[in-house]
Amino acid sequence: MLLSSLLLTGGATLGGPPVEVPPPDLLADLDRAARELVETRQEPAAPPLAIVGATVMTAAGEVHAPGHVLVRDGQIEAVGPGEPEDLEGYTLVDASGGWVTPGLIDTHSHMGVYAWPGSGAHDDGNEATAPTTPGVWAEHSFWPQDPALQRAVAGGVTTIQVLPGSANLIGGRGVTLHLVPHRGARAMRFPGAPETLKMACGENPKRVYGGRQTTPSTRMGNVRATRAAYARAVRYQDTWARHAERVAAGDEEAQAPERDLDLETLVGVLEGRVLPQVHCYRADDMLAVLQLADEFDFQVRSFHHALEAYKIRDVLAERSVAINTWADWWGFKLEAYDGIPYNLALVTDAGGIAVLHTDSGEGVQRMNQEAAKALTAGRAAGIELTEDDALRWVTANPAWVLGIEDQVGTLEPGKRADMTLWDGHPLSVYSRAEQVWIDGVLVHDANVAVDPWSDFELGQEVGL
Amino acid sequence: MIWSLWLASLAVAQDCLVLTGAVAHLPDGPSPDTTLVIQRGVLTHVGPPLAGLDARPTPREGLLVADLDGEHCMVRALDGQQVTAGFVDAWTRLGLVEVSLEAASVDAHAHGGDPVKAAFRVADAYNPRSSLVPIARTGGLTSAIVVPGGGVFGGQSAYVGLDGSTQAEAVRIDGLAMHAGLGGGGGSRAETLLRLREVLDEARAYGEHREDWERARYRDWHHEPLDLEALQPVLTGAQPLVVSVNRASDIEAVLRFTEEQGVRLILAGGAEAWILAEALAEAGVPVILNPLVAGPTSFDTLHSRPDNATRLHEAGVPVVIASFGAHNVRKLRQLAGNAVREGLPHEVALAAITQTPAAVFGLGDRGVLRPGAPADVAVWTGDPLELTTTLELLLVEGAVVSLHTRQEELLDRYRSLEPDPGG
Repeated sequence: MLLSSLLLTGGATLGGPPVEVPPPDLLADLDRAARELVETRQEPAAPPLAIVGATVMTAAGEVHAPGHVLVRDGQIEAVGPGEPEDLEGYTLVDASGGWVTPGLIDTHSHMGVYAWPGSGAHDDGNEATAPTTPGVWAEHSFWPQDPALQRAVAGGVTTIQVLPGSANLIGGRGVTLHLVPHRGARAMRFPGAPETLKMACGENPKRVYGGRQTTPSTRMGNVRATRAAYARAVRYQDTWARHAERVAAGDEEAQAPERDLDLETLVGVLEGRVLPQVHCYRADDMLAVLQLADEFDFQVRSFHHALEAYKIRDVLAERSVAINTWADWWGFKLEAYDGIPYNLALVTDAGGIAVLHTDSGEGVQRMNQEAAKALTAGRAAGIELTEDDALRWVTANPAWVLGIEDQVGTLEPGKRADMTLWDGHPLSVYSRAEQVWIDGVLVHDANVAVDPWSDFELGQEVGL
Repeated sequence: MIWSLWLASLAVAQDCLVLTGAVAHLPDGPSPDTTLVIQRGVLTHVGPPLAGLDARPTPREGLLVADLDGEHCMVRALDGQQVTAGFVDAWTRLGLVEVSLEAASVDAHAHGGDPVKAAFRVADAYNPRSSLVPIARTGGLTSAIVVPGGGVFGGQSAYVGLDGSTQAEAVRIDGLAMHAGLGGGGGSRAETLLRLREVLDEARAYGEHREDWERARYRDWHHEPLDLEALQPVLTGAQPLVVSVNRASDIEAVLRFTEEQGVRLILAGGAEAWILAEALAEAGVPVILNPLVAGPTSFDTLHSRPDNATRLHEAGVPVVIASFGAHNVRKLRQLAGNAVREGLPHEVALAAITQTPAAVFGLGDRGVLRPGAPADVAVWTGDPLELTTTLELLLVEGAVVSLHTRQEELLDRYRSLEPDPGG
């Protein structure tokens, strides 16, 4: 339906003399059609909310101690110091002694695609049957009953990017989800979030395929296979562009090229609709990927893990390529040997966009602690950092990586009311997320016992 | 700056150190305005300020000296810093792995067909020059229990000090404990228990009939004589048996088995141990755990709880907190902090990474600040379990150890990118 109606908007229907109408982006339309919702996303329906008494950390450079946050229609209406005089009509949350931050965002999650309990049946993260599989989508592996999801929300997390694994050079599309329980992944999709693509370099793909005596078995094999995929995508893009021109010219005989789901995703990257999220550890590997991106004229949105980002932080900052990394993981493989706890601090100091990600169902439960460790390490190294910097590693910066920075990541009027109320300073090991809201709707309250979200956990009570 | 000057001066004079004005974490709890005296590697005073201590400034700013019992001592006046015993990681692969995926740098497991590796001792593989060791020290660790992996009987752990550049200096106890494991995956867990029982039964027969066997008057053994020999201290209770196990029903089975065999049991993992807290307390079985076990990550941990440590402690079970890792053992204090977050009293959590592992494994006076104890001491800028706190000074047996790491070398090299640091 969508497709045919859009086709009609081509130049041929305009009648009169030719006007400068660009040919339709047929592939983008096809892509959109594939993402039309089957499940219905629940519209937020909560009364206006006023959180008062807490220290408000906006992640936008301001701290109000104490301050207030007003929420209406799922959006932040106002943020400021003290307490507004007229709060009539608002549901009041007395958060005295607490801290309010934006809901945390994890850009690197395999929750749902490597669901708990870990098992062969839940190994849905790597389509490791070919080194490039850009046509697979993580949302089609995502199991919304993963017990890890509820525990992440209890850690103050409101949005995640679920990615395929890194066995493949091009592993498939990621999906950005709001952590609200639903029966299917589509209803959890973050509204308006751009598509993303997982890519990988370095040891993992060459180990997986080299181990099978097939290509790639080396880093040079990695780069060749990735270049070959994009070279095909350029040709595919051209084929569709010529078709679109014929459609635009009113050629009713024009027959659409055969669809190639793998190449459609890569064309999305070439057109900037799909944001590449590239798993890389070593600095030289990242530089090789940037060269490849230049060759095919696309922008790498961010590197993931990026343990050696500090070595090329000038390059990354200048090109606005973000990095997602851990506070202190290192050494689990040779390309992770030069990981240092100052990475986030050094990239931030160089003007780069730094994100703390978890890649872990355990780590996602305490992202605030990981940010605190990275802040402490950076300061110990003599790098000037604010608590706002550390907070931005888990809020505003990840929102940018996912292309949803206009919607979430800071506490500012007009943004979605995704918020976490902590019972102590959010950078303390002792603090817990007391309440968590998504679109202004309470999704977690530490003081209220609830049934598990996951069907899997029902009936598993211990019976003491 | 002054602090680092003071540290530099310690490198030449370490026979006697005095720390005054410490908030010291003693067995009874935190104690303000405490003075610690360390002489030739041993704590000789832990208590109120010494009345006669006449600390004098030196030409170097911030540097104090005093004479104590006719001995020349360096003095550091602390200002609110907290002092703990050095931390003990009771379950780690430290020194057995450099890069996890590179087989040539991993020495934690004995390979070969027989899953019985009782004679395998990791002390022979321990690498005191591993780059992981100084990184571990930055987390306040002064010693660790280095553990083998795999198999029915995986081998014997070693107790190592995180100082020294040779095995002879670092390994304090070779053959500290015997290690075994039980859980899901592979065959039935009942089969694993059967194997454990077979091996211990044969080891017992070996102990009783070794001489007959040597004279060819007894049947051959199913297992390697070296392994059977190695299990003798387990049978007598001289060496504890550490069993890695998580599921509650497995813990029950292991409790039954070890009672029947008369061996001294320590549990490691214990994700569902809280379910059997009372039975464990009654049997006097300690549990080594990681408070960050995150939920039903596997079929063996479906009933794990974040307050596992709290519930075990409240039932009277000795709780040890360990990293179960290698590269990130520095986060041991974060693990303890998370146990506090889930209700474990702060001093109990601190004890779980100091004096409790020392008591459980019979490490003497380690892990505790008291006169006569080896001076494994950590000085912190604040609450040692808090993430914004950093380590100021670490002593292993009274000697100041370096907190400089390979990671700091990388930081220094890449602090400036001009000129090209690689070039």
